[in-house]
Amino acid sequence: MSAGEQALHGFSGVALALRGPAPTKVVAGFGFWLFLLSDIIMFAALFAAYAVLSDATAGGPAGAGLFEKPRVFLETLCLLTSSVTCGFGTLAMFRADTRATYFWMGITFLLGVCFLTIEGREFASMVAAGAGPSHSAFLSAFFALVGTHGLHVSVGLIWLIIMMVQLKTLGLEPMVTRRLYCFGLFWHALDIVWIGVFTIVYLGAK
Amino acid sequence: MLGRLSWSAIPLDQPIVMGTCGTIVIVLAGLVTLVTVKRWWPYLWREWITSVDHKRIGVMYMVLGLVMLVRGFADALMMRSQLALAAGHALGYLPPEHYDQIFTAHGTIMIFFVAMPFVIGLMNFALPLQLGVRDVAFPVLNSVSFWLTASGVALVNLSLFVGEFARTGWLAYPPLSELAYSPGVGVDYYLWSLQLSGIGTLLSGINLTTTILKMRAPGMGYLRMPIFCWTALASNLLIVAAFPVLTATFAMLLLDRYCDFHFFTNELGGNPMMYINLIWIWGHPEVYILILPAFGVFSEVVATFSGKPLFGYRSMVAATMGICVLSFIVWLHHFFTMGAGADVNGFFGIATMVIAVPTGVKVFNWLFTMYGGRVRFTVPVYWTLGFIVTFVIGGMTGVLMAIPPADFVLHNSLFLVAHFHNVAIGGVVFGAMAGYTYWFPKAFGFKLDERLGKAVFWCWFVGFYLAFMPLYALGLMGATRRMQHYPDAHWQPLMLVALAGAVVILIGVALTVVQLAKSIRERRANRDETGDPWNGRTLEWSIPSPPPAWNFSVLPSVEHVDAYWETKREGAVRRLIPGNFRDLHLPRNTPVGIFMAFFAVILGFALIWRIEWLAAAGLVGAVAVALREFWKTDREESVPAREVAAFEQAHTLRRAPWRASPIPTRGGQSLPSAAACLLQEVSHERG
Amino acid sequence: MNANRPQRKCSRVVAVLSAGVMLTSCREGLLDPHGPVGAAERVILYDATTIMLAVVVPVILLTLGVAWWFRASNRRATYRPEWEYSGTIEMIVWAIPALVILFLGGIAWIGSHELDPPKPLASEKTALEIEVVSLDWRWLFIYPNQRIATVNRLVVPTGVPVHFRLTSSSVMNSFFIPQLGSQIYTMPGMTTQLNLQADQAGSYFGLSAQFSGPGFSDMHFTLVADSSEKFASWVGEVRARGGVLDGATFAQLARPTRADGELTYGAVADDPFDTIAHGHFATLWSPEEAL
Repeated sequence: MSAGEQALHGFSGVALALRGPAPTKVVAGFGFWLFLLSDIIMFAALFAAYAVLSDATAGGPAGAGLFEKPRVFLETLCLLTSSVTCGFGTLAMFRADTRATYFWMGITFLLGVCFLTIEGREFASMVAAGAGPSHSAFLSAFFALVGTHGLHVSVGLIWLIIMMVQLKTLGLEPMVTRRLYCFGLFWHALDIVWIGVFTIVYLGAK
Repeated sequence: MLGRLSWSAIPLDQPIVMGTCGTIVIVLAGLVTLVTVKRWWPYLWREWITSVDHKRIGVMYMVLGLVMLVRGFADALMMRSQLALAAGHALGYLPPEHYDQIFTAHGTIMIFFVAMPFVIGLMNFALPLQLGVRDVAFPVLNSVSFWLTASGVALVNLSLFVGEFARTGWLAYPPLSELAYSPGVGVDYYLWSLQLSGIGTLLSGINLTTTILKMRAPGMGYLRMPIFCWTALASNLLIVAAFPVLTATFAMLLLDRYCDFHFFTNELGGNPMMYINLIWIWGHPEVYILILPAFGVFSEVVATFSGKPLFGYRSMVAATMGICVLSFIVWLHHFFTMGAGADVNGFFGIATMVIAVPTGVKVFNWLFTMYGGRVRFTVPVYWTLGFIVTFVIGGMTGVLMAIPPADFVLHNSLFLVAHFHNVAIGGVVFGAMAGYTYWFPKAFGFKLDERLGKAVFWCWFVGFYLAFMPLYALGLMGATRRMQHYPDAHWQPLMLVALAGAVVILIGVALTVVQLAKSIRERRANRDETGDPWNGRTLEWSIPSPPPAWNFSVLPSVEHVDAYWETKREGAVRRLIPGNFRDLHLPRNTPVGIFMAFFAVILGFALIWRIEWLAAAGLVGAVAVALREFWKTDREESVPAREVAAFEQAHTLRRAPWRASPIPTRGGQSLPSAAACLLQEVSHERG
Repeated sequence: MNANRPQRKCSRVVAVLSAGVMLTSCREGLLDPHGPVGAAERVILYDATTIMLAVVVPVILLTLGVAWWFRASNRRATYRPEWEYSGTIEMIVWAIPALVILFLGGIAWIGSHELDPPKPLASEKTALEIEVVSLDWRWLFIYPNQRIATVNRLVVPTGVPVHFRLTSSSVMNSFFIPQLGSQIYTMPGMTTQLNLQADQAGSYFGLSAQFSGPGFSDMHFTLVADSSEKFASWVGEVRARGGVLDGATFAQLARPTRADGELTYGAVADDPFDTIAHGHFATLWSPEEAL
C-alpha cells in the first residue's frame, strides 16, 4: 500500500506531510500563526523606523527626559501578568470549565485595561508637555510604534469581549475554542512585541 | 459636513478625463441594463459574487485584471502619444498636471491591479486542483481578499471622477508625496486604495501558504508537488513577509499627511531616505511575487507540451526557494545613486547578480526539458518561447544595471524603463497569458481559439520589441523617465516607433477580447470532453472540465511527482463503486466579501476627503458585517453521496483519456486512445 | 510542424532592428563620453554587455533550435520521455551563470570603489569646488572659492576635476550630465558629493533624473567646458554683471518656477550652501503652485 493509501486508511505510521489535508484545527492555527508572523514583520518595520529616527529630536526632548521607568515597569507587569492569566484561561477552556474561563479571561481583560490606561496617561502627559508626535521625527516614531502596539491591545480587548459573548451564546463549540486559542496566541505575541518595545524604546532611551 | 469634498472636485475642465468618465459610465450602465433585462442578477449573485469557490474567485481575479489592463494600457497609449508629439519646442497635448497623474496611475494600476490579480487569480484557480484538494484553506477569507482588491480598484477609478490621482510616480517618494508638496487628495487616493487592497493581498498570501503547506492530497509530499505549487509557495511566502512592510510604510506616510507626524518630512528631523529603503524592501520582493508564479506556469507548460517531465525538478525547487530568500537582500539596487558608499553599493550589486544565477539555471532546465521531447507548438508554448527569448534580454540588462557604476549613468533613464517592462511584459504578462490559455479549458470546458491565440501572441511579441527597444536606445542617449516633453528633436523618430509598438500591442489586447467572444460562440466545437485536452501530467487534468464544485469526488492518492501522468502510464483502471462516495461538505456562499468591500470603499473615500462621520459609518459597517459572519454557525452545505456518484457516472462515460505516448496530429493535438485507459482511485476518502 | 520557422525569422528581424536602434544611440549621450568618469563607465557597459551576450545569444539560439528540432512532427528527433536529470548538465548549468556572475561581481565591486561618486579624481590639478542646489525647478550653482553663483548654466575649465557638493531645497532630484558620467541624488537636509571632469571643450546637456513635480521636464541646465583662461574671464564677467545671492534673492529663487532661463550672481553672501543643506530654506508649495 502506498503512503497515500495508508494515510487514507488512517495508519498513523505515515509521515505528517503525506497524510493529506490537515484537520481544521491545525489549518486554522497555522494560518493564524502566519498572520502573527506578518504582524511582527509590520512591527519590525516600525522598530526600524524608530531606530533610524531615535536621534532626530529636532532640538526637542529625547527619550531619557520623557520616559518614567516606574510607569513602564507597572505597564509591563500588567501586560505580562495578563499573558499568564490568559494562559490559565486557555487551559480552563481546554478543560471545558467555562466558569474558570470567564474568570481568568476577565482578569486578563482588566489587566489589559490597566495597561492601556497607564499608556494613555503617559501619552496624554507627553502631549501636554509639548512632546506630542508632531514635534519631531523621534516623537513621531515613538508614538507610532508604541501607539500601534496599544492599538493592537485595544483590538485584542474588543476581540476578547466578543469571544466571551460568543462563549455565552454558542458554548464551547469547536469554532469558539479555535478562536479563543487564536486569541491566546495573539495576546502572547503582543507580549513578545512589548518586550521588544520595553527593551529598545524604554531601556534603550537616550 | 462633507470634509474637503465639493463640486469643484469633479474635473469638468478636463475634456479627456470627462470623456473617459462618460465612456465608463455608459459602459457600466449598459452592462447593468443587460444583466437586469436578462435577469442574470440572481445567478451572478449566487454563483459568482457570493461564491467562496476558489475556481470562481480565480476567474473573477482574472476578469478584474483584464478590465484594469484596459485602463492601464490607455494610460500607456496616452504617454506614448504625448512623447511622440512633444519633441523640441512642442509641448504635446497633456499638460504636466495631467501627464504626471497618468504615469503614476499607469504604474500603480499595472502592478497592483493588473499583474497581482492575474498572478493571484491563476494561483487561486490552479493550486487546489494541482494539490488534489477541494478548496483553499480559508474559502471565506479568499472571497474577502478578492473583494478588498476590488475595493482598491473602485477607489482608483473613483479618482478619475472625483478629485485627482497622485502625481508622484507609482511609489510616491517623499518629500514630493508629503502634504507640503502634494496638498491635494491624489496621494491619499493612492495610499488608501493600496492599503485596502494590500490587506486583501496579505490575507491571500496567508491563505495560499497555509493551503500549500497544510492541505495536499494524501501521499503528496513536498517533492511530489507540481512545480507550479513550489513557485506559488515561494511567491506567497514573499507576500506574507513583504506586504506588512508596505502597510507600515504607507501608514507612516498617512500619519505624516493626516496627523502632522514627521517620518519623512523635510522639517523636524524627518528622513525621506528611510521611506525609499522601506518601500524597496517591499518593492523588490514584490517583483518576485509576480514573476515566480509565471516561472511556474512556464515549467508546467514546457513539461506538458514536450511530453516529458520537467528537467531537474529538484534543482528547480532549490532555485525557486533560493530566489525567494535572496529577493530580500537586494533592495538597494533601486537607489545606487542615493550615495550609500562603495562597500554598500558593491554588496548589493553582487547580491543582485547572485539572484540571476538560479534564474539562469531555470532557463537551462526549460531548455533541457524540451530536449528529447515531442514539442507541440500550441499557444502556451508560443508564449513560453517568446518569454525565454525576451526575459533573458531583460535579465541581461538588469544584471548590467546591477553594476553600480553602470547604474550611475542608467538610473531612472528610459533604459531602466525598457528593462523593467522587458521583464514584466516578457515574464509576467506572457506567463499570465500562457496560464490563461493553458487552464481556460479546465475552467470553462472548452478551448480558446488557437489561431487567434497565436495572433494575440505575435501582436504582443512584435509590439513589445517595437515599443521598448527604442527606449533602450533613448536611455543610452541620456533620456530620463517621467519626462512630459524633451528638448532633443532627434529623439522623436524613436518615440514614434515606440508609439507604433504600443498600437500593435493594443491590437493584441483587442484580439484577446475577440478571441474570447469567438471561443464562447464556438464552444461546442472546441469542447473539452475528456477533462485532459493537453495530455497533462498533473492532477487538475484528472477531473472533468469544468470541475464540480467539490473538485475531486474522491481525493487522489499520490505516489509520484506528475501524479496523473504516472497513473495514465500505468494504465490504471478505474472502478466505480457506488458505495465509495460519501456525503461531502462544502463551505456555503456568503456575501461578507462584497459587503466588506462596500464599506471599505465608503471608509476609504471618506478618509480621502476627510469626511469624519462617513468614515466612522464605513468602519462601523465593515465591523458589523464581519461580526455577523463571525456568529454564523451554519457555514457548510452538504452534497449527498448520490449526487456525487451521479456526476461521476455522467462524466466517466464521456471521458476517453490519452495514451501515454500520444501520436501528434496537425493541430498539435493527440488522438484519444481507443483503449480503456482509466484512472484508479482509492476506495476510501478523507473528509 | 514548421510553426517555429516564422518565429525564428521574426526573431532575427527583431534582432537586426534592435541592433540598428542601438547603433543610432552611439552619436551622443552615454556612449560618447567626454570625461574620464563617463569613459570608465562606458568601458564597463561594453565589457559587461559583451560577456553577457556571449551567454545570452547562444541560449536564445539554442532554445529556439532545440524547440524546433524536437517539434512533435520531427520523426528524426529521438524521443526520450524518461530523461529528466543529468548530474553533468546540472553542474554545467549552475556553473555557467555562476562563473559569469563571479566575473561581473568582481567588476561590480572594483567599479563601485573606483567610481564611487565622492572619490576624488586622479589629477595633478586642484579640484574646482562647486556647490549645487536643486530648486523647484531650476539648478543653482555656487562657486564658493570664486564667490559667484549661477542658475542653470555651469562653466568649468577643461581637464580640471570638479568636486560637487549637492543638496536640495525641497524635494529629491538627481544631478546628471549624461556625457560626463555618474549622476547623484540631491536630497533636502543632506549633502551628497560627486566628482566629474570634462576633457573636451563643449556644451553639455544636464538634467534632473529624479522626478520632482510639474516643472521637472524643464529642469535642464548646461555645462560649458572651456580652457582655463576662458573660465577665468567668464568668472570676471559674472562678477562684473553684479547681483548678490543672499537670503532674500534665494527666497525668490526658491519659489516654484517653471522656466529654464539662466541667471548669474556676481557675489555670494555668507555660506548659503551650508544653510540650505541644513534644511533652513525648505520651500512649501501652495495648491496652485503644485499644479
